Amino acid sequence: MYVVIAGCGRVGSSMAKQLVDEGHDVVLIDEDSGAFEILGDDFPAQFIVGAALDWDILRRAGIEGADAFAAVTDGDNTNIVCALIAAREFEVRCSIARVYDPLRAELFADTGIRTVCPTREARLMMLDAVRSCPMNTTGG
Amino acid sequence: MFVVIVGGGKVGLNTARSLTHMGHELIVVEQRRSRYELLKPELEEKLLFGDGTEIWVLEKAGMARADLVVAVTGDDEDNVIISEIAKLKFGVPKVVARVNNPRNQATFDLMGVDSTVCAATMMLSMIQHELPVHQFVPLLSLRRENVELVEIEVSHDSPAANMAIKDIRLPEGVLVIAVLRQGKALLARGSEVMLPGDQVLCLLEPGNEKALIRSFLPSRKPEDVQAETSIDAITE
Repeated sequence: MYVVIAGCGRVGSSMAKQLVDEGHDVVLIDEDSGAFEILGDDFPAQFIVGAALDWDILRRAGIEGADAFAAVTDGDNTNIVCALIAAREFEVRCSIARVYDPLRAELFADTGIRTVCPTREARLMMLDAVRSCPMNTTGG
Repeated sequence: MFVVIVGGGKVGLNTARSLTHMGHELIVVEQRRSRYELLKPELEEKLLFGDGTEIWVLEKAGMARADLVVAVTGDDEDNVIISEIAKLKFGVPKVVARVNNPRNQATFDLMGVDSTVCAATMMLSMIQHELPVHQFVPLLSLRRENVELVEIEVSHDSPAANMAIKDIRLPEGVLVIAVLRQGKALLARGSEVMLPGDQVLCLLEPGNEKALIRSFLPSRKPEDVQAETSIDAITE
């Protein structure tokens, strides 16, 4: 599988590691050339410095013909817009945006891209964790 | 008309002033606290503090009853998202958005934003209009209405040179509206004669640029003429 990832932060870089381990081809895009250092010098993936909103940068990353595009920069809006570009202009069938805001994640889930909302997941997990806490029975 | 303006910078504020003057109802959404405080005395209740790309903020601004949304923040991705939310979530009939970086124009077009305004592109058009070296200058594009205003030079070898406008055979979908000669505009009356070196203002349907260039600048390749004035020439 050929995967383009926009954003080389904690999520993007660890996704890249995992995908490379599984034998996939990965290209990473980040505006900050220092962002790639987290992966070490010998990491077998292509790095492209630039804005993922820029169509030429996406083309250089090989978006035409990519099997999947994952947008995990630190901006919800950037992630949605570049995932929409990948899906609509470059016809990437599986274009996924990480969106922290649950409202926008829901609204854009039906627009030809998939959205992943960590906030919603965190809320469920935190609620479960809180509910599973034992009640203080010693009185207080 | 009720207008929601997202972004209270110079463009947003002056748009708000003009619309108020024209008697329209409006609200400005601004997310920078210091800017909000600065605008508050002037705009008073016509100002809302918040991130205008948040759906709940836009709801509070009254987006559901907006006739027009103006997305003029300094970030193109935000302006695209505001336009998309306006249409998808609130069914706003018309959206005007600011393009900060001309390289993002294609994205706005792809998303189907009704009207876009790009200061850099307009500035470039005006500069090209002032500089005599450009033979073809796209001045204005009304995408939704499917019409463009362009300026083109009449070369010595053009079949249109030294002919009255009424006798010129123009390409389909092209209308000559004025002739610019020695810094003056002459309205394109049928009897007006076009001289070599004149600049001509034309309205045209998009897609007819090459035909227009062929008829006024027959010795040049249309692709080359268009490339000289393309925004990519300065942003690459």
